[in-house]
Amino acid sequence: MTKITYIEFDGTEHIVEAENGETVMESAIQNSVPGIDADCGGACACATCHVYVDKKWVDKTGKSETMEQDMLDFAFEVSDQSRLSCQIKVSDELNGLIVRLPEKQF
Amino acid sequence: MNSQIIETDAVVIGSGPVGLFSVFELGLLDIKCEVVDILDKPGGQCAELYPDKPIYDIPGMPVVMGNELVELLIKQINPFKPNFHLSSMVDELEREGENLWKTKTDTGITFLSKVVVIAAGGGSFQPKKPPIKGISEYENKSVFYSIRDRKKFKGKNIVIIGGGDSALDWAITLNDDADSTTLIHRREEFRAAPETVNKVSSLISENKIKFHLGQVKSLNGKDGVLDNVVCSQGDNEIKIDCDTILPFFGLTMKLGPVANWGINLNENLVSVDTEKFETDQKGIFAIGDINTYPGKLKLILCGFHEAALMAQKAHSYVYPDKKITFQYTTSSTDLRKKLGVL
Repeated sequence: MTKITYIEFDGTEHIVEAENGETVMESAIQNSVPGIDADCGGACACATCHVYVDKKWVDKTGKSETMEQDMLDFAFEVSDQSRLSCQIKVSDELNGLIVRLPEKQF
Repeated sequence: MNSQIIETDAVVIGSGPVGLFSVFELGLLDIKCEVVDILDKPGGQCAELYPDKPIYDIPGMPVVMGNELVELLIKQINPFKPNFHLSSMVDELEREGENLWKTKTDTGITFLSKVVVIAAGGGSFQPKKPPIKGISEYENKSVFYSIRDRKKFKGKNIVIIGGGDSALDWAITLNDDADSTTLIHRREEFRAAPETVNKVSSLISENKIKFHLGQVKSLNGKDGVLDNVVCSQGDNEIKIDCDTILPFFGLTMKLGPVANWGINLNENLVSVDTEKFETDQKGIFAIGDINTYPGKLKLILCGFHEAALMAQKAHSYVYPDKKITFQYTTSSTDLRKKLGVL
């Protein structure tokens, strides 16, 4: 099990025991973390699972690929820490991961 | 806006895979359909969200792309000649007399039908509205998320936000008559058809379209009329004078007007029974991702099953005096005639 902390825009924290192999988006949905809509169900096709990866974790979660970068054009307030959480796979390496949620997936 | 009244047997709201297949099942039972969709093309999520992504769980098709499935379904329902009303949203649904439902669209069409099939999936696709403070007071005066009449933008100082096909297509089109066109995008790369990208790039290098790399931070103006937008540029901020903003951040799904039709909902989904997939309102059915019942799975294949059972009950409203004789498409002369294969 891998521990992931989701921090809502208002500061509310949700600590989740995620299964390795699922995505950071799926762990959020399965644990009813609010603030991740995931309209398309994880196909990297909607940009409604946008998160900001904590600075310390940016290297571990890796870089977004072209398709994800393209999709991030449809998110708002995109920064260097922006990722689509459906494209981050949970693994032992990510134990302790912290992601912050935007105000709205809009 | 045109206003017309169309009388038909069934109105299908939503032209995703399940809405499309319901036309087939209803058609086999001689029920004529009018199909309404908010998008400008049929296919729902398959067409809008994942046209080029593979689906692996359609029975008999080890793999099929979203747009391929839509094409095949359209071909399959073609014998029944459904009418499509695209770029139209159903606003109102109410009873008309004892046996009819009145369905009205935002494009001025009124349908009178015996049956309504809600196959609206995740709800209606609507443009994403960027959460910029105070943006709502400028909407429809200075801020527009979609364009129906391009003449409105003649002589304007337009800021277009985004880097996809919609943003670039409108930048090219509106630039002809606008006073100035500025494109704001968060990165240098555009994600659009290559010829569109080339065209925009040359308009930018000829200084006909201005380009700003950055993101919009705030809006300034009065009484819904914009004076300028503040845009980030690296660590700095710059002001861009404009009177019109067109943000193109793609579409998102909202339940939309379904919530106002007086139908029993359960957590934003339409409650139905599992025999007929009928709502608490007689003659209104809900199939596919929009409905809920014990054990519901949001799979296309479940929606197909729901469409078949729904059609059986729908028949009793359209032809109250006729009995259905159960038939197979493989062997029934009658069905094969309807399909045009005999």
